[in-house]
Amino acid sequence: MAWFKKERPEKLSSETPAKKVKIPEGLWVKCDNCKEIIYRKEVEKNFKVCPKCDYHFRITASERLPYLVDEGSFFEVEDGLSPRDALGFKDYKEKLKSSRKKTGLKDAIISGEAKIGGCPVQLVVMDFNFMGGSMGSVVGEKIARAVERAIDKKTPFISVASSGGARMQEGILSLMQMAKTSAATARLAEAGLPFISILTDPTFGGVTASFAMLGDLILAEPKCLIGFAGPRVIEQTIKQQLPAGFQRAEFLMEHGMIDMIVSRKDLHATLARILEFFTTE
Amino acid sequence: MAQEYLEFEKPIADLEKKIEELTLFTSNGDINLEEEILKLHKKSDQLRAEIYSRITPWQKAQISRHPNRPYTLDYIEAMMTDFVEMHGDRAFADDPAIVSGMAKLDGMPLTVIGHQKGRTTKEKIFRNFGMPNPEGYRKALRVMRFAERFRKPLLTFIDTPGAYPGIGAEERGQGESIARNLSVMSQLKTPILTVVIGEGGSGGALALGVADRILMLEHSTYSVISPEGCAAILWNNGAKASEAAELLKITAQDLFQMKVVDEVVEEPIGGAHRDPRRAAELLKEAVVRNLAEIRNVPFDDLLKQRYEKLRRIGMFDEI
Repeated sequence: MAWFKKERPEKLSSETPAKKVKIPEGLWVKCDNCKEIIYRKEVEKNFKVCPKCDYHFRITASERLPYLVDEGSFFEVEDGLSPRDALGFKDYKEKLKSSRKKTGLKDAIISGEAKIGGCPVQLVVMDFNFMGGSMGSVVGEKIARAVERAIDKKTPFISVASSGGARMQEGILSLMQMAKTSAATARLAEAGLPFISILTDPTFGGVTASFAMLGDLILAEPKCLIGFAGPRVIEQTIKQQLPAGFQRAEFLMEHGMIDMIVSRKDLHATLARILEFFTTE
Repeated sequence: MAQEYLEFEKPIADLEKKIEELTLFTSNGDINLEEEILKLHKKSDQLRAEIYSRITPWQKAQISRHPNRPYTLDYIEAMMTDFVEMHGDRAFADDPAIVSGMAKLDGMPLTVIGHQKGRTTKEKIFRNFGMPNPEGYRKALRVMRFAERFRKPLLTFIDTPGAYPGIGAEERGQGESIARNLSVMSQLKTPILTVVIGEGGSGGALALGVADRILMLEHSTYSVISPEGCAAILWNNGAKASEAAELLKITAQDLFQMKVVDEVVEEPIGGAHRDPRRAAELLKEAVVRNLAEIRNVPFDDLLKQRYEKLRRIGMFDEI
């Protein structure tokens, strides 16, 4: 038996968000970033942002809507689409069932029409709780349709990304959704309409490598993780520890990949200000 | 280049070794074994045809990465003339994992872009095992725009394990560089033909693959994730890759069935690596034929068809 217990080195900060972030039902919440115990109501009043360290908790798509659009203006469309186990992939049907039960959603995205600062927009919001926000046929289709709606109705298009990447269980069909969504946003650009992409924790893989990085403006929530390859994959490949702050929103900002970092509480006002630029003659 | 053999090709390797020994024996002039050798040759051909007629998806994945398999520059060399390589993204660097330039195919000028793997250890490192960095995709983007500007058809070759997962790649926007190519290719006003010649590794492959026609060589693969990566996620065990390869439906035949690719191009028996020259001939025929079909389509129609084809990919239920 050892006399002294070896202190475990503190985990890399870039690893923490990989853990499940869930606000428990209790009165108190532990912040996933600073580990402070906070009164739950205080977090909720604060846009689900830690009042101590400004960590933006992961939230569901429906929790996000009130912070995003004008009150009561969201009208959901295309809610009849549900995923199919096209490849007969092991356990996919069960995973879909349990995700549906957990989130009440048919897939990892909601799509609709809304107003922001009075300006009508087409909007999609991803939900990380549904199979890690992965993009399969339904997610790709709903994004493409929302973009096409924006072209038809001549409105801006806004997306909120939160995803681990393409959905493995739909194989090549998922990969092709990257091309589909990117082609749709290219058409939006041709039509002279703006696309504002909002990145939240986490945004990775096939979503980063498609529509999410194609916004005319790209906004991100503070400290959120954004990247193409996941930090673990990179670590295993290069066999080195990753630098502190790697793949955080601030890191992307520094490298010129995004336009601004916006706190959740300021998001609605910021979007309204941006949209006004496009709607003013 | 020395012939290398995959695990399941071992019986062929044994037989071929025997033939070689006997040939050596005969050439010494002692005994005449020609009849025997001829028989063995026949047997080896049969064996190869038999083995290759019932290969599993995982074996296909291995063939698609076969060390003797022809790479992009091999096909350019065998199929085209007057290749002029174009280098650099004009912003950061020249990425050797992607090659690009102009060439002539039966006298017709076209632009070519493709992933490039290395053959020797030194080459492999130089080519970064065919895994591009953002500057590789941005070089490709430059050549795509070049193709559009000079109204030349674009031919792309896909053969990569994936985009490189590194610190620098993330700093320079690996995701953005891939996304940009998808977006630009979808609107590029010139005919685009893509051929998957080996490994189609996820987004890093797709970044050269938005096209009017997509062909796949008979023993190539195209997947959202490598079988090893999938197995690591599903069972925490990369060694179960063969099961994952079945699940993912990665073969040219699977993709043709799912209407993701337009044509499967036949390879010589035993794979392109057994007869690279014949493989290039077969591919050239398919490329010339497909290019002829898309070459004279008006751009508006071409772009519309390109978009509609992408729009149709995906399976879901709707109420």
